[in-house]
Amino acid sequence: MNALIKTMAVTAVSAVALMGATAVHAEGERYVLVSHAPDSDSWWNTIRNALALAGEQMNVEVEYRNPPTGDIADMARLIEQAAASGPDGIITTLADPTVLSDSIQAAVDAGIDVIIMNSGTPEQAREVGALMYVGQPEYDAGFAAGQRAAGDGVTSFLCVNHVISNPVVAERCNGFADGLGVDLGDSMIDAGQDPAEIQNRVIAYLTANPETDGILTLGPTSADPTILALEEMGLAGDIYFGTFDLGENIVQGIRDGVIEWGIDQQPFLQAYLPVVVLTNYHRYGVLPGNNINSGPGFITADGLEMVEALAGEYR
Amino acid sequence: MSDTEPVAAGGPDDERIKDQGGFRKWLIRPELGGIVGIIAVFAFFGVLAGDSGMFNAQGILNWSQVSAQFMIIAVGACMLMVAGEFDLSVGSMIGFAGISIAMFGVVWGLPMWVAILITFAICIAIGAINGLIVVRTGLPSFIVTLAFLFILRGFTIFIPQTVESRTIIGGIEEAAQGDWLASIFYVDIMQWLFIWLADIGLVDTFQRGTREGEPVVTGIPMLIVWAIVLVIIGHTILTRTRFGNWIFAAGGDAQAARYVGVPVDRVKILMFMMTAFCSTVFACCQVFEFGTAAADRGILKEFEAIIAVVIGGALLTGGYGSVVGAALGAVIFGVVQQGLFFAGVENSLFRVFLGMILLFAVILNTYVRRIITGER
Repeated sequence: MNALIKTMAVTAVSAVALMGATAVHAEGERYVLVSHAPDSDSWWNTIRNALALAGEQMNVEVEYRNPPTGDIADMARLIEQAAASGPDGIITTLADPTVLSDSIQAAVDAGIDVIIMNSGTPEQAREVGALMYVGQPEYDAGFAAGQRAAGDGVTSFLCVNHVISNPVVAERCNGFADGLGVDLGDSMIDAGQDPAEIQNRVIAYLTANPETDGILTLGPTSADPTILALEEMGLAGDIYFGTFDLGENIVQGIRDGVIEWGIDQQPFLQAYLPVVVLTNYHRYGVLPGNNINSGPGFITADGLEMVEALAGEYR
Repeated sequence: MSDTEPVAAGGPDDERIKDQGGFRKWLIRPELGGIVGIIAVFAFFGVLAGDSGMFNAQGILNWSQVSAQFMIIAVGACMLMVAGEFDLSVGSMIGFAGISIAMFGVVWGLPMWVAILITFAICIAIGAINGLIVVRTGLPSFIVTLAFLFILRGFTIFIPQTVESRTIIGGIEEAAQGDWLASIFYVDIMQWLFIWLADIGLVDTFQRGTREGEPVVTGIPMLIVWAIVLVIIGHTILTRTRFGNWIFAAGGDAQAARYVGVPVDRVKILMFMMTAFCSTVFACCQVFEFGTAAADRGILKEFEAIIAVVIGGALLTGGYGSVVGAALGAVIFGVVQQGLFFAGVENSLFRVFLGMILLFAVILNTYVRRIITGER
């Protein structure tokens, strides 16, 4: 029993110490960013870094929240929770408007300024009463990529989708097919999240459909194993390969000529700009008159240096 | 624990009738950990987040709703665990039930109440299959329900993807409009109370927009009512009925229970069906509140249910536990999860905290088990 009490006491003390260490109390306004990303999604690290940087530069208090498993219904609770804590502004994604719009609308009605970032469209942002939308319209970005690929002579493609359960992400494949002027058909595969599975599914697809001359991956999760698959099949550099988002392997792939381009939606801007916009709005009443497109920015072998230095951190 | 204590046969030296002190009796109540935890958690957040909005009307509603969600699935998980089994398919079942309602009610256009009844029938039947396989094959429920975790999740993605080529189905709100059965899952009750509370200034009102002047909390969601009703029903069955004794007996020592005539297999199968029922209630409350069903709903909820039950003092080995304890566990879980935010703690540390609380609970449980069984 003695040992038990000791264990409990030590754990409790360390818990309190942890909490004390992380409770931030800066001067000035307080903004909460709520994302839809599960803990496992490392892409959002850039968002968190940019948010912290903006908070520091503007001297405001910033907080990042996400549903641990990526459950959108849990995310709605996070938004309600954020609203209950009475911040000056909420920055959130619109990953599923039907689920989230009521919670966001309630926050807006309670007098909190909201900016939609990353997922959603300018129209949806206006409908929930947000100040603006900062992000990359997914379909448009896919469409632009499709047009670019069509110009480079691509006629058929494989879309490697590692988040099949999220329809917003699939819009990239739809847009790409339309930009390319082909029917999406069976070109999109459900790749899953495991690198070995993704690699083998890409190999299986390309073996079964040897006429495929283009590949689109939707992020580092699917891009990295696809690079390995192409190397294994001896197709690296031979097949037209474009991807969404950046990461170390993607940057290296672009340098090696395996990947034609990476579409950077610039998550840095998606987290950084809303903080700057909100702070200036609250301090001086100034507000940009329009929505802000953070992407698509095509990254090719030209001008890779800075991208490479900051990939995964601020890029 | 069973109410049927063995009748004393020996004299005063008989260890079976050894007198236990009042403190010791209190210590072995399954709810003990839960009660201590509740007091600790509220004291903790009262100090750390008292002025952060956690205890205003919106804040209370927020963590109450989250706790109620845990509570609904914890009731089923608790009763099943007392019966000596557990169910890893709870989370997948939530996603599956939601998609089922959406497919029948929206895509195939059946009246919503029919869709709900069909969904309950299918899910409870799957619960029964879970139970049947476990009792017939003698395989651990861990393996059987793990299989159903994948089977159900697979169908949940496959069916809407094949029929509708999408994995989020909306339009449920419109389809459920005015439906008598659907409304018992999503309406807010006692709205007059909150209008009155807003009038006297105890609840904030919206400052702008179409709902200007309305209270920010419109009523008590049915989600919370369901949670309380299920806890009461579960607690009553477990502690006040003969069937409740059977559940304890089946989980304590199945073979001994069979010898005294307890239909162990039937009890276990019924408890799997109860768990499925609770998951479906959870799914109904969720889809009708949010208006969509999605294939990725409910991921990891099975573990959250088990965590709430374990914090609430039930033993993983069966035969011991309490629904009230599980409910307290759910409240602790919900308050900690939401409270850490109000206290301004970094999100990722929630897991650390949860792990610590779980560890506390398990250590406490182990100690309690040693008292009961006398093992050293």
